[in-house]
Amino acid sequence: MVVARPEVEREAAGQGRDTAGRRATAARLALMALPFAFFVLFFAYPVATIVGRGLREGGSWRFGRAADVLADPDLLHVLWFTVWQAVASTALTLLIALPGAYVFARFEFPGKRLLRAVVTVPFVLPTVVVGSAFLALVGRGGLLDDLWGVRLDTSVRAILLAHVFFNYAVVVRTVGGLWGALDPRQEEAARVLGAGRFAAWRRVTLPALAPAVAAAALMVFLFTFTSFGIVQILGGPRFATLEVEIYRQTADFLDLPTAAVLTLLQFAAVLALLALHAWTVRRRESALKLVDASRTARRPRGAGQWALLWSTLGVIAVLLVLPLAVLVERSFAGPDGYGPVFYRALQAAAAADSTFTVPPLAALWNSLEYAVAATAIALVIGGLAAAALARRGGGRLVRGFDALLMLPLGVSAVTVGFGFLITLDEPPLDLRSSWWLVPLAQALVGVPFVVRTMLPVLRAVDGRLREAAAVLGAAPWQVWREVDLPLVRRALLIAAGFAFAVSLGEFGATVFIARPDRPTLPVAVARLLGRAGELNYGQAMALSTILMVVCAGALLALERVRTDRTGEF
Amino acid sequence: MKPVSTIRKAAVAAVAVALGGTALAGCGGSGGDQAADAKTVRLVSHDSFAVSKSVLKEFERSSGYKVQMVKGGDAGKAVNQAVLTKDNPQGDVFFGIDNTLLSRGLDEGLFTPYEAKGLSGVPDELQLDKAQHRVTPVDYGDICVNYDKAYFEKRDIAPPKTFGDLVKPQYKGLLVTENSATSSPGLAFQLGTIAEYGQDGWQGYWKKLKANGVEVVDGWEQAYYERFSGAGGGKGDKPLVVSYASSPPAEVMDKKPAPKEAPTGVATGTCFRQTEFAGLLKGAANEKGGKALLDFLISKKFQEDMPLQMFVNPVVEGAKVPELFTKYGQKIDDPKTVAPDEISRNREQWIKQWSSLVLK
Repeated sequence: MVVARPEVEREAAGQGRDTAGRRATAARLALMALPFAFFVLFFAYPVATIVGRGLREGGSWRFGRAADVLADPDLLHVLWFTVWQAVASTALTLLIALPGAYVFARFEFPGKRLLRAVVTVPFVLPTVVVGSAFLALVGRGGLLDDLWGVRLDTSVRAILLAHVFFNYAVVVRTVGGLWGALDPRQEEAARVLGAGRFAAWRRVTLPALAPAVAAAALMVFLFTFTSFGIVQILGGPRFATLEVEIYRQTADFLDLPTAAVLTLLQFAAVLALLALHAWTVRRRESALKLVDASRTARRPRGAGQWALLWSTLGVIAVLLVLPLAVLVERSFAGPDGYGPVFYRALQAAAAADSTFTVPPLAALWNSLEYAVAATAIALVIGGLAAAALARRGGGRLVRGFDALLMLPLGVSAVTVGFGFLITLDEPPLDLRSSWWLVPLAQALVGVPFVVRTMLPVLRAVDGRLREAAAVLGAAPWQVWREVDLPLVRRALLIAAGFAFAVSLGEFGATVFIARPDRPTLPVAVARLLGRAGELNYGQAMALSTILMVVCAGALLALERVRTDRTGEF
Repeated sequence: MKPVSTIRKAAVAAVAVALGGTALAGCGGSGGDQAADAKTVRLVSHDSFAVSKSVLKEFERSSGYKVQMVKGGDAGKAVNQAVLTKDNPQGDVFFGIDNTLLSRGLDEGLFTPYEAKGLSGVPDELQLDKAQHRVTPVDYGDICVNYDKAYFEKRDIAPPKTFGDLVKPQYKGLLVTENSATSSPGLAFQLGTIAEYGQDGWQGYWKKLKANGVEVVDGWEQAYYERFSGAGGGKGDKPLVVSYASSPPAEVMDKKPAPKEAPTGVATGTCFRQTEFAGLLKGAANEKGGKALLDFLISKKFQEDMPLQMFVNPVVEGAKVPELFTKYGQKIDDPKTVAPDEISRNREQWIKQWSSLVLK
């Protein structure tokens, strides 16, 4: 049983139906209108303005500046390091996390949901906190140093490992999500027809999985290509990515011309990457037979499967859980032995007479409010965009739109933040001290997740189902509700989980635009870490632990919701 | 300028309409409260700004203005934001521009001159814009090398006192500092060495410091909590770190029972003085309120509240300093400093020279 090549089929089915085609185009444009406006207003316009300000002087463009910047040997070094570490990090992450994706997709074992939530936590914690925790584990005087003399501080190896730590969940969730929904009977059928185990996997499962793997790899590459906090903390001042350099030029030197050139350079790199990605996806996409994930997972059988499960659990324990555990340990390690002393101090802060201290519950509440709003915006914008992109045909316009939606991941938060400051400053859109600025900025980062998580599933929906429904007289929205929604429900929840968690942990843009009287948890953590004193440090660790627990709780709740199955299949 | 702005407004309005008001419908409710009415005064500052709620309330009661705080981020970023938004400032008063960045703000014309009430109580050497009063000094603090007392007691070595000590063999490999390019304490420490050894000598000093094994990290948090051995809660192994003169008092704050002395000390001969200023932003919507707020910032009430809120020293003579500071802190008699316009002229070049000298 070979997976259908839908493009061929769809084109055949679409011949001689011009009016329908035109109607489809109109529908797609309607779907695209809102996401397009959102991106123009809250991304393209602010970023273009700040970049433009850097490149213009006295009303004339100064492109000569670009040549100066690009000829700087220091910059070439930065560029080389950026690309190199991103390639290495992506490869290492795929290598370590793909078996994990398989384990989560195909095996059933106790505590699986909890573990799936736990592995996602690193991804959403502020890098300041995670960097510290990671350093406590692999740094000088860290846990591994004490035990076995293993230390990796301020080295490239530490950066790479931390990138795996951060992005493990991206692969497990993006690839594992689809893998779990693939019908294993297809592979079994191939084997019945005489294919070997590997051949069956390579010819049936791999092609089906490829878009998801490509999507995951792209995301990991983007995150590591634009890595900021991790490189700063674990790399020390000798290693800088393009993103770090843009930040320094903008925030520290206010050298907008150089920052503008670097931003455009990063843009170009990200666009090239997205083009490559779109190309590979187009070549491989296929309509898949999706099933309920809970039916495909079973207890491991045989020594090989058990070994795979245990080794995956081992990797997760050492690489992901241990640094988080160090964080918890530190939050309880008071001056006089273990105890909740820092948590009590946080409580006391609620009553303190100071604008510095943030009651933890208030910060938590701020974070949750922002995250809910950001998730809602990201789901509406990203959902509409994904629906538009998933419709057949469309050509270059749609592909360009696809790339546009991904760009926020490739643009430095400081560029966006400064852009907001100088553009969204006049009525009717004087949002600079508005509450909405934070969720809007966070949604910018959330939308690409929503699009990337939903698109493979939406595209994989067999077009014949929709056509059948349409032929039977269903209106377009009915087709969507009856055919698409049940299928993408799970993807939608995963996307929502990602958007929500990313918002909870978002720091770079939030610290820029959050009102000081309404700090989020990450901002409050950073504030505490910015002051000397055991009490401040301990409270920062305690607050980080709270953030961690809340993230894990939110993700766990989503894991539960998704089992509320629709049963259409 | 005007037509562009009108076109921009029209474009923004058009897109906002296209958005159908979905996301923005709620803005009015949540975002409308910051409208620049005459009863609200907006203070733009960095993330470290803090004040006792009761002190702030008292100002609000007596002046009739409600104070709204805008923005966060660190000091350098806050100044750059103010520069970027100078045509349409985010608030009425800016607090938190220090002498290392002062010239940038003055050159950009960020401030409207105003001589705050009570300025006569501030010593002349802190009034760096005395001729024009574009900015008002509010606090000062010193960046100095901190040492871990236990480390030196255990080994029976005297802790270093001066810049000269830091290059001696007995302190080899013990010091961690911050990247001048990315950290304001790091830059202040470099400026301290420039004040001490001059334009011609500082690079030679840093060569020696490098040969003596100075470690550089990107930010204060990493230096202090991850690398320094004296920080409570931290786990580092370097007994010397570039931090603040107020760090030792901060270490014992809220400790019960109060220890006899702070676990860390300050090398008093390595200090660079940072003075922080506030100013009335040009184009402020509420100038009157802004002036009242500036008066408040150097009022005795605020000045005496400040040390325990922001861990800096009051500039007004006679303002009481809390016991925590006098008991656990050290008095810095001879801090180094560099004139703001000299810093502004050379800053970028100095940082570049430092980077290629120390980081490569």
